[in-house]
Amino acid sequence: MTTPLSHIRNFSIVAHIDHGKSTLADRLIQSTHTVADRDMKNQLLDAMDIERERGITIKANTVRIDYVAQDGEHYVLNLIDTPGHVDFAYEVSRSMRAVEGSLLVVDATQGVEAQTLANVYTAIEADHEIVPVLNKIDLPAAEPERVAEQIEDVIGIDASDACLISAKTGVGIPDVLEAIVKRLPPPHSGDPDAPLKAMLVDSWYDSYLGVVVLIRVMDGVLKKGDNIRMMQTGAKYGVDKLGVFRPAMQDVKELGPGEIGFFTGSIKQVRDTRVGDTITHEKKGATTPLPGFKPSIPVVFCGLFPVDSAEFEDLRDAIEKLALNDASFSFEMETSAALGFGFRCGFLGLLHLEVIRDRIEREYDIDLITTAPSVVYHVYMKDGEMRELHNPADMPDPSKIDHIEEPRIKATILVPDEFLGDVLKLCQDRRGLQLDLTYAGSRAMAVYDLPLNEVVFDFYDRLKSVTKGYASFDYQMEGYREDNLVKMQVLVNDEPVDALSTMVHRDRAETRGRAMCEKLKDLIPRQMFKIPIQAAIGGKVIARETLSALRKDVTAKCYGGDATRKKKLLEKQKAGKKKMRQFGKVDIPQEAFISALKMDG
Amino acid sequence: MAEDWRAGGFGLYVHWPFCEAKCPYCDFNSHVVQGVDQDRWAAALAREVGRVAETTKGRVLGSIFFGGGTPSLMLPETVARVLDAARQSWIWANDIEITLEANPRSVEAGRFRAHAAAGVNRVSLGVQALRDADLKRLGRLHDVREARAALDVARDVFSRVSADLIYARQDQSLTDWEAELQAFLDLGLDHLSLYQLTLEPGTAFWDRAQAGGLRGLPEEDLAADLFELTQEMCDAAGYRAYEVSNHARDGAESRHNLVYWRYGDWAGIGPGAHGRLTQDGLRHATEAWSMPMRWLEAAEAGSGDRRLERLTARDMAGEYLMMGLRLTEGIEVARARGLCDAALPERDLEDLLDFGLIWQADGRIGTTPRGRLMLNRVVARLMPGD
Repeated sequence: MTTPLSHIRNFSIVAHIDHGKSTLADRLIQSTHTVADRDMKNQLLDAMDIERERGITIKANTVRIDYVAQDGEHYVLNLIDTPGHVDFAYEVSRSMRAVEGSLLVVDATQGVEAQTLANVYTAIEADHEIVPVLNKIDLPAAEPERVAEQIEDVIGIDASDACLISAKTGVGIPDVLEAIVKRLPPPHSGDPDAPLKAMLVDSWYDSYLGVVVLIRVMDGVLKKGDNIRMMQTGAKYGVDKLGVFRPAMQDVKELGPGEIGFFTGSIKQVRDTRVGDTITHEKKGATTPLPGFKPSIPVVFCGLFPVDSAEFEDLRDAIEKLALNDASFSFEMETSAALGFGFRCGFLGLLHLEVIRDRIEREYDIDLITTAPSVVYHVYMKDGEMRELHNPADMPDPSKIDHIEEPRIKATILVPDEFLGDVLKLCQDRRGLQLDLTYAGSRAMAVYDLPLNEVVFDFYDRLKSVTKGYASFDYQMEGYREDNLVKMQVLVNDEPVDALSTMVHRDRAETRGRAMCEKLKDLIPRQMFKIPIQAAIGGKVIARETLSALRKDVTAKCYGGDATRKKKLLEKQKAGKKKMRQFGKVDIPQEAFISALKMDG
Repeated sequence: MAEDWRAGGFGLYVHWPFCEAKCPYCDFNSHVVQGVDQDRWAAALAREVGRVAETTKGRVLGSIFFGGGTPSLMLPETVARVLDAARQSWIWANDIEITLEANPRSVEAGRFRAHAAAGVNRVSLGVQALRDADLKRLGRLHDVREARAALDVARDVFSRVSADLIYARQDQSLTDWEAELQAFLDLGLDHLSLYQLTLEPGTAFWDRAQAGGLRGLPEEDLAADLFELTQEMCDAAGYRAYEVSNHARDGAESRHNLVYWRYGDWAGIGPGAHGRLTQDGLRHATEAWSMPMRWLEAAEAGSGDRRLERLTARDMAGEYLMMGLRLTEGIEVARARGLCDAALPERDLEDLLDFGLIWQADGRIGTTPRGRLMLNRVVARLMPGD
């Protein structure tokens, strides 16, 4: 028996990190007895260790809550918990397309943050009704009136009847449940007798069930055992298992209009499903699909190499497994003279990169070297061809290049007044163009057009340090623009080190080159002869350091009784050379590259 | 074809493992023990000499070296009994060199005459420093005045006298060392061993350095400058550097130590002693038990050795390179490749010649002055890999 539309509420929660989204979700689940108390644990919806640890949500999670409202009626509330981070903006936007309303959770001691802004605008774009919720009102520093005012000023929505809650203590939770029923709309339309149309919201790999597909039914009814067709890919599957999340999987016989649930159907990998696709019945199916989503595309690329080259196959295995569950993550094999065999990987952003890297290191126990992240450049050749450049090492012959365009972002930074000067300077230094500067209370909101490549290069760290952690930052991609971009090579003993090649703006090349040469000079151990370390653009050297020759490595005493032991030491020294990377006649320990590549260095 | 060891000669090393005090920089097999039964030790050492002689019959013995520990603590009778055994075991070269390592203290100087009477003809005195404060830091029991007096006695008694100094010490500047070395050269000995202080695992200095102590040791550049200054001053005073840390007037080189460096054969007896002995055309490494009582009982029961290992071609070539390239005269290319054809890879030889770290002439290669300071790197490049 499907639930009537009028008794369904589908919603998501928009919040900045640490503002209490997951705790609120926990409370909603708990106070409606969706999960038995003995099974309750914190941040129930964040299943991955990394999610719990970093307090972030990476994959969308769903829970179906049964709620008896004050009007005595039984309602079904479907919460889709979305990722909050910009890297996962596509996931946010498609999740929001599957629901009709949002709770906007703002920490009453902190106020609106940049990330909240981006996500709340996504919700507004998806035509959501929005219920503001001010959390942490139990704390002495809470200023609900001021924050409500700020919501009205900055976001422009009415916050006069915001719910005042403490997700931690449970205060105000009943009001939130009532507000969901009373103030959020039911699904707009939906005809149980029309041909099936269900939106593919998300999919992931489960080692027991294969690919699990999260869907929102728009029209028609999906039953267990039905044969379905994906309208975009044309792939056909039988529905083996149909269910809802509470938040554990619970089988149901059917899902009707407005309902959210999942099915499985011997789908082998996540790549076989396309988020935004429309699912219909194989026979007597719908003729026009739902409007789809733009697929998410990688914007940040870097090389991942195993520290121990013997672990290359393990790395391949780990990457392939992770890719099964993450269609937005791309990879291809790469070889580097400095680092050996590895993979060039594409990510949705820096956080996505860090999450994948952490998971490989943690879940698969492989130590990784990460090369400097790079963005995707559009290289226009003189013959009119446009090439996407993912790796500076693949830069075409400059004489054949007409011009290069780089991706730009629109960055929003919220920062207390006292740090504004430093933030503006930082944006300026990173080739930012100011688009807007406004004030909301004691905080300034700066909006900048910035090159993405300046942001992937330690921008977060710099921002954090100049604002003592008080700034919040968010961005969206804005497209491509031409600029004076060049490939900077690093040469050790006159040989280029591919792993250290980077794309830089011509005006910043000297500074970056000098910094890199100085760093390498400190990191590379002295050799038997002096070694030039240079940064160069094309054939032109723009920075140079000289590593002086090693002068002394000799054993003072070596007599008859020392022969055995001292020879072993020399053999060890000789064997140690194997772990070195050879550049002409120079042996450079791999650690030197690793340190030079450290992003936060 | 002559066995390889003949190119280096044959010597006997005798290890006396006892000291009055352990020095904080010393990683040799030494033990502080009261009431050593010298009679029993003399018998065991003599018996070991006889045992090793069985496998090296008919050889001419070119040198004997009493090392330690502190062999100058051996009673002259003990020395005499070991030498008697050696005399009965091998034919002695006419100019056999018999060296005793000695502490430069009055007690030991008082026995020099008796040691000489027993047959010792060369002493090597562990002077270590000519500054009292530094001798204290090095844990030595003598002071400079006592050392000078002992040197005087030694020169009276023995035809050949060598002395050791340790430099590159804590807080030692170039000018400090220049003055100290000049004073040392002015003594007019015929052989000098000048060692840069090295921290070895298992020593008190090592532990202190690991714990963050022992500050003021020279950095690489100063250590290299100190080394170069040492070479210049010794050269100017007529003490040629014939090995990394050893300088001698012409003809005064330590013949025994040349056996090691020219990769000859040597018998090693006494606790912890290592030997290299060619038997049936194959070279072996021997190693004696290192704990004194364990060795003593094993020697009395038939053999003090705990290990006898046949050396591979790679081992031999590696050892020849490591030892031979310490010498100013260098090594013979054909001999090294004869031991193992993977030794001296052509490409590495060329690189090292390019870098100016080695020279090549008359079928030999050796290190340049700069290469000598980088000897570990040079040897690691040239030894056969695996």
